[in-house]
Amino acid sequence: MKIMPCPLNGPRNISEFSCGGEVEHLPPPDCDHATWIDYVYLENNTRGIVREWWYHTPTAYWFVAERDTRTDEILRTWPAGEFLAEFGERR
Amino acid sequence: MPFALLKYGLTRRHSVPDVFPEPGELKDSYDIVIVGGGGHGLATAYYLAVDHGITDVAVLERGYIGGGNTGRNTAIIRSNYLTPEGVKFYDESIRLYKDLSNDFDMNILYSERGHYTLAHTDSAIRTMRWRAEVNKHFGIESELVMRGELQKMVPQLDYSEDVRYPILGALYHAPGAIARHDAVAWGYGAGAARRGVHIHQNTEVTGFEITGANGHAGRVTGVKTSRGTVRAGRVLQAVAGMSGEVAAMAGFRLPLKTVPLQACVSQPLKPFLDAIVVSGSLHVYVSQSSRGELVMGGSTDPYGVYMTRSTLDWKEGLMAHMLELLPFISEVKLLRQWAGMTDMTPDFAPIMGETPVDNYYIDAGWGTWGFKATPVCGKENARMLATGEVGDLIQPFALQRYHDFDLVGEKGAASVGH
Repeated sequence: MKIMPCPLNGPRNISEFSCGGEVEHLPPPDCDHATWIDYVYLENNTRGIVREWWYHTPTAYWFVAERDTRTDEILRTWPAGEFLAEFGERR
Repeated sequence: MPFALLKYGLTRRHSVPDVFPEPGELKDSYDIVIVGGGGHGLATAYYLAVDHGITDVAVLERGYIGGGNTGRNTAIIRSNYLTPEGVKFYDESIRLYKDLSNDFDMNILYSERGHYTLAHTDSAIRTMRWRAEVNKHFGIESELVMRGELQKMVPQLDYSEDVRYPILGALYHAPGAIARHDAVAWGYGAGAARRGVHIHQNTEVTGFEITGANGHAGRVTGVKTSRGTVRAGRVLQAVAGMSGEVAAMAGFRLPLKTVPLQACVSQPLKPFLDAIVVSGSLHVYVSQSSRGELVMGGSTDPYGVYMTRSTLDWKEGLMAHMLELLPFISEVKLLRQWAGMTDMTPDFAPIMGETPVDNYYIDAGWGTWGFKATPVCGKENARMLATGEVGDLIQPFALQRYHDFDLVGEKGAASVGH
């Protein structure tokens, strides 16, 4: 069974979580059409190390996890606040 | 008594037919280069040769023929989709499938079984009725059958009320079929190779030569591979789970997520299940192959990885649901398990046609519904590569549709939830 180290709840079965997609910047509301389409639909679909939003469903808790999509290894997790404080402008 | 067969049986030397003759070195240039030697790529090469007489074609495959998703799906063929675009497209595919064994002179074991999509809720019944009406409008055999009638048609299922999802009815699609999936790839590949197409296995594409970016993404002129660079008139990428990676080499992004889809087969059993049974609520589909194995699949993995590993929790979930439908298989052993990398689109419809790069075409977004579309994709891709024009059947699946917010919502017809 795959274990996700949750920053709030500790190591838990990954079936308790859902993946919220890669961390990316929300474009400003007055951005052009192409930028918005890019944000809404297009994916990096990274083959390699990726940082994603994850959600622990029973406790309604969002956080950020770093994992390798080539090996299915979870490398690191951050509480959302810590992640944004560390990478806020250059994530 | 065919004496040739008797003679062959008595000889000691049985030569192995060379289905994919090694074409030798890559040529400097091909009119058309197809990236990806799966069913779709090989079918495209086949119809280029057969329909259009174009044989200066190279198919580049990183692995070996039949080693990718063509040999990893659960081999179900149907056309009972939800949108008019999808219904017309997949119905043409079924029409082509029926003739393939004759076309190839090779038995693809095409077997019409009848396809039942179970409904366990009122809202599912409503969607089935909707699909049946759309299907019938386009002349496709598809109808809603309610529980009493269904019980007579598929008596093997558990119809009790004291289960989590009692069966209320089903969408019945008589032409639903299964076929031997690797034979489809071999038939197309062998037919293309016999007509002069070069199929290069163990040849990985590492980049593209793209010239002139006149306010546009440019025009493709060549393909870089692990065995050298070839010039190309037109290029088609048909690489399923690796679509994002290959498109990135050509310089554009796609609305795709690569997610594994797992499947498994049981030990062989005596024939007992003629129908193909699917349940969206239970996330299962099952059919019995001609050698008696139950071929079983379910939903895609809950998150994306570029791996074809199998997981225990997926199988536990699938089997719990399988036993709700067929409680008597609880002692049956699993024989094999595998996974394929699917390229999922947000609207569950494929991406076909032109790309931001001139002369560079795409066949992607085949998620969990690619095998059944193999013949029609080959036919339409071949026409597009031969003439440069995108046919009416695949026009709705253009990559541009995301830019225009003109999606083709097929999630309601995906066999199971995702």
